[in-house]
Amino acid sequence: MSVAKPLPHDAAPLHVTGQARYVDDIPLPVGALHLAFGLSTIARGRILSMDLEPVRSAPGVVCVMTSEDLPFANDVSPSAHDEPLLSDGSVHYVGQPLFLVAATSHMAARKAVRLAVVDYAEETPILTIEEALAADSRFEEGPRVYGRGDVPAALARAPRTVSGRFEIGGQEHFYLESQAAIALPQEGGDVIVGSSTQHPTEIQHKVAEALGVPMHSVRVETRRMGGGFGGKESQGNALAVACALVARATGRAASMRYDRDDDMVITGKRHDFRIDYAAGFDDDGRLLAVDVTHYTRCGWGMDLSLPVADRAMLHADNAYWIPEIRITSHRLKTNMQSATAFRGFGGPQGMIGMERIMDHVAHDLGLDPVELRRLNYYPSAQAVSEDASGGRISAKMKALTPYGQVVEDFDLHEMTEALLASSDYAGRKAAVAAWNAANPVIKKGIAFAPVKFGISFTLTHLNQAGALVHVYQDGSIHLNHGGTEMGQGLFQKVAQVAASRFGVGMEAVKITATDTAKVPNTSATAASSGSDLNGMAVKAACDTIRERMAAYLAQVYQADVTDVHFADGHVTVGTERMSFAEAAGKAYAGRISLSATGFYKTPKVDWDRIKGDGRPFFYFAYGASVTEVAIDTLTGENRILRADILHDAGASLNPALDIGQIEGAYVQGAGWLTTEELVWDDKGRLRTHAPSTYKIPACSDRPDVFNVALWDGENREDTIYRSKAVGEPPFMLGMSAYLALSDAVAACGAGYPALNAPATAEEIWRAIGGMGDEL
Amino acid sequence: MSKIHVTTTVNGDEVEFLADPRETLLDCLRDKLGMTGSKEGCGTGDCGACSVTLDGTLVCSCLVLGVEADGKQVGTIEGVAEGGVLHPLQKKFIEHAALQCGFCTPGILVAAKALLEQNPNPTETEVRYWLAGNLCRCTGYDKIVRAVMDAAADLRGEAA
Repeated sequence: MSVAKPLPHDAAPLHVTGQARYVDDIPLPVGALHLAFGLSTIARGRILSMDLEPVRSAPGVVCVMTSEDLPFANDVSPSAHDEPLLSDGSVHYVGQPLFLVAATSHMAARKAVRLAVVDYAEETPILTIEEALAADSRFEEGPRVYGRGDVPAALARAPRTVSGRFEIGGQEHFYLESQAAIALPQEGGDVIVGSSTQHPTEIQHKVAEALGVPMHSVRVETRRMGGGFGGKESQGNALAVACALVARATGRAASMRYDRDDDMVITGKRHDFRIDYAAGFDDDGRLLAVDVTHYTRCGWGMDLSLPVADRAMLHADNAYWIPEIRITSHRLKTNMQSATAFRGFGGPQGMIGMERIMDHVAHDLGLDPVELRRLNYYPSAQAVSEDASGGRISAKMKALTPYGQVVEDFDLHEMTEALLASSDYAGRKAAVAAWNAANPVIKKGIAFAPVKFGISFTLTHLNQAGALVHVYQDGSIHLNHGGTEMGQGLFQKVAQVAASRFGVGMEAVKITATDTAKVPNTSATAASSGSDLNGMAVKAACDTIRERMAAYLAQVYQADVTDVHFADGHVTVGTERMSFAEAAGKAYAGRISLSATGFYKTPKVDWDRIKGDGRPFFYFAYGASVTEVAIDTLTGENRILRADILHDAGASLNPALDIGQIEGAYVQGAGWLTTEELVWDDKGRLRTHAPSTYKIPACSDRPDVFNVALWDGENREDTIYRSKAVGEPPFMLGMSAYLALSDAVAACGAGYPALNAPATAEEIWRAIGGMGDEL
Repeated sequence: MSKIHVTTTVNGDEVEFLADPRETLLDCLRDKLGMTGSKEGCGTGDCGACSVTLDGTLVCSCLVLGVEADGKQVGTIEGVAEGGVLHPLQKKFIEHAALQCGFCTPGILVAAKALLEQNPNPTETEVRYWLAGNLCRCTGYDKIVRAVMDAAADLRGEAA
C-alpha cells in the first residue's frame, strides 16, 4: 500500500533542478504578446477622461483595450457580477484596472501603461469601519445574526462579565509566484488557457463569458502554482480573461503576469476584522453567555466575502460550548482591494476572537488559561456517543454548536493532555514566571491554543469532485482529477491512493495537469477539501476499472471474482499470478474498457446559511499548540523561542506532506498575527506593497525549537482511508504565538493587555505603554 | 536603444546574447537563454527566488544587469546537478521534504550551495541567518534548515 507512506512530493526532483514549469516558464510561440493593466490612482470617483494616445504610440505597443472594446461580458467576479475586468467609468479602489495594454515585451507593456493621462472626478472614499457603518455601506441588507438564547438577559444575570474590542489585521497571501496566465488562440475561435489558478473551471467560465462562447470552446490547464493560499481562487480571473481577449482580438498568443507590487496593489487579501465582545461567566470560569460582533472590511466587490464572514461566525465558538450566544456579522463595503479567500477563509478571525475572550476571562479570574479552556470544551466524542440520557444538560446537548451541528468527534481533551505533557507546559510556565520576576526588561510569555475547524464547503453543492483514470495496456496509469496542485502535495496524495487501489508502485502512476477537458465542472481546490474530495473520486474511478479487470480475469481463469487480488505490483487470480502489466494487457486483449471516470459527493452536509442552522461540516479537524516568546519591553522587539504542536490529520495519507503543511501553516498563522502588517493611507493607497515593507516570516524567524507531531487517530467519518483535511486547520495553531505575546505583555502590569493583531514590535511597545508605570 | 553583445559563461558553458543595457540578468537568463529555473518573486532583491552566483558571489539576478555578466562566470540552479547526478543538497531537499510549491527552491539551493562552499561546517544559526534573504511561504523553513545541515554533514563525509 502506498498510502500512509511519507513519500516525497511527486515533482520534487523537478523542483530541485529548476525544471518544474510554472505558467510564466512555459515557452511561448513566436509573436506572443505581453499584457499589463493601467491602474487607477484614486480610491473612489469617476473617470472624466482617459487619454491613451501616448500609450498607443509607446514602443512595442500592439493593442490597447478599454471597457468599450470588450465584445461580451465585462466581469471577472466569482459570484455577484460586480467586478468589471476594466473600469466602466466608475473607480472603486486604488489599483483598479482601467485599461489593458498588449505589447511585444513585458517591460514595454509596463512602461506604456504609465503614459496614460487620466482625469477623475474624485469622491470621498469609504475606508474605515466607522465610515462604512455611517454610510451604511455594506453587502447584504443588514448584519447577519446566528446564535441561541436571550444573550442580553443572560449577560445581565451572569455573576461576572468582561467586555472589550479587538482589532485583527488582514494578510497578504504573498504566494512566491505572482498571478500569471497565458492564452493560445485555436482554430474556430477556441482558446487554450494556462492559468496559475486554484479554480480552472471558474477561469473557463469567465473566459467563455468574456468571449461569448460556450464553455466547451475554452480549455483551461493548470499544472502547478507557486503557492495559492486562497489568493488564486478568484484573483486570477482578470489575467486569464485579459489574455483570452487579446488572443481573440490579435490571433496571437498572450501572456500576463503581475509584478509583485502590482499583485499586492490589485489583488484582494485576507479580510481584516474588528470584534466587539462581552462574555458572562460564573466564579469557576464556566461561560454562560457570549455576545460577539464581527465588523469585517470586504473591500469594493463582493467576491467571496459572504461565505468568508459566515465561516468566521461558524468558528466564533472555536472549541467551547457556550449556553447562550449571539454572533453578529457586518460585511462592510469599502474602497479597497476586494478582500478574498485566504487559508482558513474567515475561520481564523472568528476563532482568535473567541481565544481572546478566553484569555480575558482567565485574566479576570486569575485562572490558568489552559484550565479555563478545558473547563469549557465541548464534551469528548466518547461522552457524546455514550450519552443516552436526553437530559437538559446532557453531553449531547453540550455538544451542540451555535448553528445546530452536534460535535461528535471532539478529540481535544486527550490531545490537550498529551501536548501539555510533551511540551512540559506546567514546568515551563513556572520557569517563565520565575524569569519574569527576576528580569525587568526582557519578559517572557507562554500560551496554549486549541483549534477546531469545520471541514466542507459551506456552499453545499461545491462538495463534489470528479476524476478520470486510464490504465494503458503496459500497466502504466494516467491519473487526472479536478484538484489543483499549489505545493500542498495533493497530486502525490491522490496518486498514492491510485497506486494503492491497483496494488502497484508509485512509478506506475503518472499525474497530469488539471485540465477542464478531462474533468469538468470542478470546484475550487479550497476549503482544505482537495484530498477528501478528489481522493474519493479517484478511488471510485480506480475501483471501477479494477472490478472490470477482476471480473474478466475471474472468468478467464474460472475463479471467483473475490479471489482476484491486486497487490505488490501483481494480480493473483486463484493460483495464477501475473504482473499488473500482464493483467492490463490481458484485459485489453479481452476488450475490457480500461478507462473510467469517478465521482464523489460529500455525505451528510446540509446547511441553511440564512437561518444559520444545519450541518455545514462533514467533520472537524483538531489541533493544539503551545508557544513561548520573549519580548524586549523597551523596544517591543520579540522572538518566538519555542513552538510545540500536536495536530490531527486523521490517518494521514502522507505524514511527510502533512507535517510540512502543519509547519508552514503555523509559521504563516504566526506571521499573520505578528509581523505582517497591511497599511493603507487616508487616500486608500496601500503603502505596504512589496516585501521591503510587508514582512512575512523569514528563515531567521523560525522558532528556535519547533516540535511537530501528528495525533494518532483516524477520522470517525468515512473519508479517504480515514484521513483528515490538513490545508487550513493548522494555520490557526499560530494563534498561540499571539496569545504568548499577550501573556508577556501582561507580565508588565496588572491590567489585561490592549494588544491588537498583528502584534508587531510597535504594537507590543504601545500595549506595554498602556499597562501603567509598574515597570 | 541599441543592444549590447554579451559573452558570458553560464554553468561552465560559454553563451552569447544581445541585451538591452537596462535588462536584468534574470530576464536575460529566462527570456534569452530559456533558463527558467531562476524565478522572479519580487524584482526588488528581497525574496531571493532569483539567486545566482556571479564569479562565485551570491547575488539576486534581478538586481544585476545582463551586461554586467560579460566575461564572468554565472552559476544557476540548472548547473547544480552535474552530469545528471543530483548535488547532495538537492538529494537532501527531496529526502527531507524541504519544499512544497517549489518556487523558492531553486534560489534557496543556489544560496545554500554558496554558503557551504565558503563554510562547510555551519551552525544551525548560521544557516538560518544566511538564508534569511530567501523567502519561502509554504514550508515554515524547518525542513529547509534540516536539509541544509544534513547535506553539509554529507559533504563533509560525516553520517548525519
